[in-house]
Amino acid sequence: MKSRIALIDYKAGNLTSVKKAFAALGADLAVPERPEELQHFAAVVVPGVGHFAATQALAGDWIDAIREGLAGGKPLLGICLGMQWLFEGSAEAPDCPGLGVLEGRCYKLTGDANGAVIKIPHVGWNALEFRRSDSIANGIAPESQVYYTHSFVAPITSDTVAVTEHGHPFAAIVQRGRVAGVQFHPEKSADVGLNVLRNFLGWLRER
Amino acid sequence: MLSKRIIACLDVRDGQVVKGVNFEGLRTAGDPAELARRYNVEGVDELVILDITATLERRRALADTIRRVARELFIPLAVGGGIRTEDDAAAAVEAGADKVSLNTAALSNPQLVTTLARRYGSQAVVVAIDAKRDRDEFAVFARSGQAAAGRDAVEWAREAEDRGAGEILLTSIDRDGTKIGFDCVMNAAVSSAVSIPVIASGGAGGLDDFVDVFTAGRADAALAASIFHYAETSVRALKEHLRHRGIPVRL
Repeated sequence: MKSRIALIDYKAGNLTSVKKAFAALGADLAVPERPEELQHFAAVVVPGVGHFAATQALAGDWIDAIREGLAGGKPLLGICLGMQWLFEGSAEAPDCPGLGVLEGRCYKLTGDANGAVIKIPHVGWNALEFRRSDSIANGIAPESQVYYTHSFVAPITSDTVAVTEHGHPFAAIVQRGRVAGVQFHPEKSADVGLNVLRNFLGWLRER
Repeated sequence: MLSKRIIACLDVRDGQVVKGVNFEGLRTAGDPAELARRYNVEGVDELVILDITATLERRRALADTIRRVARELFIPLAVGGGIRTEDDAAAAVEAGADKVSLNTAALSNPQLVTTLARRYGSQAVVVAIDAKRDRDEFAVFARSGQAAAGRDAVEWAREAEDRGAGEILLTSIDRDGTKIGFDCVMNAAVSSAVSIPVIASGGAGGLDDFVDVFTAGRADAALAASIFHYAETSVRALKEHLRHRGIPVRL
């Protein structure tokens, strides 16, 4: 039997593309309506685009249920805003708590230190630069390009697997144990993106 | 470093890709899903479906085209043409569009930009501006270039950004389909006036036209249709040329 993956819908953007990408890889994805349903799922994906304040919808019962899942060893993948939410919080909505499984707070991208003009939001394809190897990034070549659309970023810490530079480097891929996050959109990043999702699905087979 | 994007545009009428010159004189260029597959293999960074079907059946036909194109495509897909209401946008998004492009509707109802940005995020809202040179100004036109909007492209782009647009798609009506190069002056003027990305469109002919629009034209992305449809230039050959000229691209 296939393992079911919970796609958390907290109304931050449209989930069609994420569903389509997982479906193309043969994953069984469903959107739980209540936090207590999470116990029936094998893994959790938190997508999302937009303002960090949208994650307020996850505060309380959803955070508790997801933490409980993590304690039970369920893999978790955060995408874009969903990755930022894995951290303690964000300058975008200072009063809104993140999940807090990774240390640090997210902050807004700023112009280039060398005075060059860069556009924010950061929209388009940009390269990955690896800081260490870890299983979520298995098979991805250095300098592979992925698709971004965001203005806020997560800090570079010991959990950072790869960075991308736009003015300054920021965390592009993070992993700690079976918790991973990507700032880019794997569902829109062609083969490189599907590779990340496939690596995540691989964790389910290990369980 | 952020790559300059190459975007292929599929002008679709009644389920078929067509292309005209100066917004007129259409000829057929093939099946949208088939062209989308080819461009994806060649390494195009993004696709735009621009629906120019005029019939009442258009919304259902467009949704069907989007679904067919989006099925096996894992790069950003924008959809425009005839998106007038929040419901039109929702239908496109549900069918698989990542971004909706508003043109005439944004001019007549600018609040729609904000409404859609709140619902789907700014990254999902592209404001398309069709403009032509009028002495030193850039006159905006609505209704596929038919109706003067009484706005200047720079000023309208700024307002669109303030209202929540995530990108500007700037088309030169003077250059559309002519293959004599992008309007770099107009594109640079708009691109320097906003902080959101500006996609240059209209006039792509030779490979160096793209070099020019990414340098002098300060474009963040460039869109073309004809030169790719008729296989005059492959996306890959174009990107190799750009890289050779020192412009960052995804290859």
